[in-house]
Parts: sequence; structure tokens; C-alpha cells
Amino acid sequence: MQWLNQRKAYGESLVKLGQKDSRIVVLEADLGKSTMSCFFQDAFPERYFEMGIAEANMIATAAGLSLTGKIPFAASFAVFATGRAYDQIRTSVCIPGLNVKICGSSAGLSDFGDGSTHQSIDDLALMRVLPNMTVLSPVDVVETEKMVEAMAAHNGPVYLRLCRNDLPVLTDPGASWQIGQITEVKPDGDIALLATGVMVSLGLEAAEELARDGIRLKVVNISTIKPLDANRLVDVLKGCRAFVTAEEHSVIGGLGGAVSEALSGRLSLPSALIGIADQFGTSAYDWQELLNHYGLTSEAIVAAVKNLDRESAR
Amino acid sequence: MLDPKQQAQIEDLAWKIRYHVIEMTGVGKAGHIGGSCSAADMVAALYGWKLRHDPKMPRWTGRDRFVMSKGHAALAQYAALAEYGYFPLAELKQVKKLNGMLQGHPDLTRTPGIEANTGSLGQGLSIGVGMALGLRLDRLDSKVYVMLGDGELAEGQVWEAAMAATNFKLDNLVGLLDHNRIQATGEIAKRFTIAPIAEKWQAFGWQVLNIDGHDVPAICAALEQADQVSGRPTMIIAHTVKGKGIPFAENTAAYHNGILTEELFREAIASLEQNRRDQACNG
Repeated sequence: MQWLNQRKAYGESLVKLGQKDSRIVVLEADLGKSTMSCFFQDAFPERYFEMGIAEANMIATAAGLSLTGKIPFAASFAVFATGRAYDQIRTSVCIPGLNVKICGSSAGLSDFGDGSTHQSIDDLALMRVLPNMTVLSPVDVVETEKMVEAMAAHNGPVYLRLCRNDLPVLTDPGASWQIGQITEVKPDGDIALLATGVMVSLGLEAAEELARDGIRLKVVNISTIKPLDANRLVDVLKGCRAFVTAEEHSVIGGLGGAVSEALSGRLSLPSALIGIADQFGTSAYDWQELLNHYGLTSEAIVAAVKNLDRESAR
Repeated sequence: MLDPKQQAQIEDLAWKIRYHVIEMTGVGKAGHIGGSCSAADMVAALYGWKLRHDPKMPRWTGRDRFVMSKGHAALAQYAALAEYGYFPLAELKQVKKLNGMLQGHPDLTRTPGIEANTGSLGQGLSIGVGMALGLRLDRLDSKVYVMLGDGELAEGQVWEAAMAATNFKLDNLVGLLDHNRIQATGEIAKRFTIAPIAEKWQAFGWQVLNIDGHDVPAICAALEQADQVSGRPTMIIAHTVKGKGIPFAENTAAYHNGILTEELFREAIASLEQNRRDQACNG
């Protein structure tokens, strides 16, 4: 399996977009070398705006640019892009539903060394609660490329959550992708894993492990966190007697919350929510160490599924 | 330059704005009378004289933009827009009506002629920076005017935008500071020091002009002077009176977002009508 980097895919996709569409402009707050917006700077310097380390002003400036017909992509680390500029996203961008694209890079725990200040455990929750906002969380570089394109084509605010580290490529480059898509990565199963980001590939590992014990796990990639298609979700869960959600985000307000809200009053199944327990991140030597520390592992998925398997078999 | 007839027209529009502000506030409802009336003469000079705009084509590409960053003064802007026919004057009486066209703070999706959603203070100048950058990319000579409140200057984002405007040499961006010296809870100088204001903007690289914000020829002269500068933005610091034109609301925080009794409503209307008669005699 190939392991590739979403940030690089983001930067390269921006350049491709920029070649096709002169309305594309890019804003950065001194993290362009990390978010890889720097590729766009090299290709289209006149359409690239270094905004200094001032995220609030960057987002509201992007709002102003969109009001002149531009399609601004503003990037920073996910914590700063969403948290530091939350009210600007809310008031200047989302209330009027402006065509502003926000990229939250180095999301989740993927900026392992920098610790709690730089690790976004809350970006999905913050962006998801905003009316008019679309929230995307790609599983790999292929989805990232397709999402950047779909973001530009979609008229309205979009948040894109990217991982700092290389991820296995799971998506077929030839397959089509659209906002709202829910993808069954491994379609057969009696219990479903609804996962986003890195948790999808860990779910595939878990499925292999569970198969040895005769438990069939269906693995579903939910890369559009909002809007979440409740009908499609009910459809995907048809034939399953339980489900697990898994995300590299607080267990509060992210994918698990979104799925629970969508299913509430429609479908009642035993479930378990895997995510970061109600706590901040911390520094570590590498990402894997952190994922282990917070229980974001294939082993955790296996344990949750076995638990549900026993309970739902009773 | 402004001729006497144009001046009279702007002053007439400013009077109408104040009258509408009182009408919109009405009896027993809260309304931002103070900051709307301090801004009225500048709003009138913009719509009545300086802005290139077309009420029939509110989204005309070649228009100048006006962003009311102190969004609570929306009443003044609504009045001017209605006077120019962006929507019927009758709409003014329905301000803040459930799901209405005229919200408590500006909403570009609901109100023709509104350019940005403001109300959470400190964001309008940044939006103006983005508009100025976008217009320049398109090689349009349209200008962007942003009105700020003086209390609003405590918001850090204003200074982020101030730096950005200088960094990008935005000479198509003009700020108007409604310096009425009073914020919601009282006199700014006694509550939280924002002085020295002019020196701050100068230090941030802006051309700074100081004017009497109720002197129509002075407002227009400053707007013209802003057109002459090259390579940097202009901040017009307009010294104003909060609640200007409504004697009991002048220089007080009580009518920042005040409620009028029947008696005060009549008093406000009566004094505006007296001003009107005085204006007619002088003109």
C-alpha cells in the first residue's frame, strides 16, 4: 500500500485549480511551508496573500475577497484556522454563507511534537455546529484532491481537515467523489465501523483481525462530516446489528456526535463511540505513540466491536 | 468640489436619516439611536455624493463599497438605502420584524445594498481589506469605505487589518472613524483608554485626516483628499457627537441602544422638525 501526504496533495491541487480558474486566491498566516500553500505562491504570486500571523484578519479578508467574486482558500493549522478565527468564520463567513474555503492542516494529533496547543481535538465540533458550513475530512490523498476540486465547485463555506502525516491510499483515483458521499470501503459485515481520516485504515486492520474470530466488520469511510446524509446512513447500516464510530477528534461533537444526531429517532442500534476522551492533547515523539496513548488503534476498534458483538448477540 | 446645492442635498439626506432612525426606533423598542445619529452626516455624504452606486443594480461590479463595521449603526444605513430606493421606505418601519428584510445588524443576504455582515465588532475593516485586494486584482478603480466606531478600536482585529492594509499598500481603502467618544457603558476615556487615536493610525502607516464629522463640506473634502493619496490607506477621524440632532440623546450612553417613551419619541420628532425649519430658513 502506498503512503502519501494530504498536505502535499492540497498544495498541488490548489495549483491545478489556479491554472483552470483565475478566481482562485490563497491566503496564509505564516504556515504556507507546512500547509503546502507555498506551491500556489510559487505558481501564482499575485493571487497569494501572506497575511502575517493574524488568523482572524485572514478569514475576514477572505470573506471580503469572496465578495468581489474570488474563491479564497485560507489555510493554517486546524487549531488556529478554526479556533483563533471562530467568530470571523461565524459572522463574516457563515451567516452570509460566503464562498470561503478554510483548510485546517495538521489536524487531530498529527502535529505530535507540538502538544496540546497545536493539536485539534475540537475542529470538527466547532465547524460542524455552524449553519451553512460544509465539513470535509479526507481519508487519503486521492480524496483530498477530489475534495479541493469539489470545494471550489461548491458555492458556500467549506472546512477541510488535513492530516500532517502520510496516510495509506485507500481510494481508487478513477472513482468519482462528491460532497456528502459515504463510502463503503469494506461492504460486508454484521457490525459497522463508521470512521473518518486515519481511523478508516485502522478499521480495515481491525476487520482482518475480527475476521479471524468469525466477526464480520463492515468498514465505512465518512469523509463528509456535514452535511451527513441520514437516509444514506440508515441504508448503510441495513443488516448491521451494531455500529462503532471512530475519529481522531474529541469524542464530543465530532463524527460520533454527528452520526448519533442523524440516527436519533430513526434507527436504534447498540453503538460505541471511539475518539479522544474529554481531554486535550500532549506532546510525543511520534504520531503512533499518541494514537496509542489516546486509544485510537485497531485494537481499540476490535475490543469495541467484540463487546458489541457479545451484547447484541444476547 | 461640493457646490451649495449638493451640500443642501446631503444635509437634507442626513436629516431624513435621523428622522427615519427615530421612526424605526419607535416607542417602547430599543434602537441604536446614538451611534446611528453620530454617523448620519457621513452616511449621507457617502450615499448622497461620494459612492458610485446604482440602486437598480445593487451588485453592479463597478460600484464603490461601503461596509458598516459598527454594525449597530445599521439604522442609519437602512435609512439611506431606502431613501435611494434599494427597497421601499415602508420597509423601514418593519426593522427587526421576525425574519424581516431589515435585521438588527446588517445582513447582505437579506438587504439590498448591504455589502457585508457585521455586528460582531472589529471585522469590517478586514472585510474591506479583502474587497480592496479583490478589486485591485480585477483592475477595477472602485473604492472601499469602512465605517468604524471608536469603541470598536479596542478590538485587536482592527489593528491586524490596519497592518494588512498598509502591507498591501491599499490606497483604494478608506476608513471613517465615527469618534463620538462614548461606548455602550459610558465615556470611553473614563473606561478604557484608546488614545492617542490619530498617532496610532499614523504609526500603522495610514494617511490620517481629522475632521468635524457633522460638517458636510469637511466630510466631502476629506473623502476627496483620500482619493489623492497613493500607496497607502486613509483613515478619516471624524469627531462627532453621539446622538447628534436628538438633544436628549446627545453626548450620553443612555441612548447607545435606548428605548424611547411616547413623550421622548414626540420630543425627538419635534426637535428634528424644528431643525428642518431652521435648515429651510438658513438655506
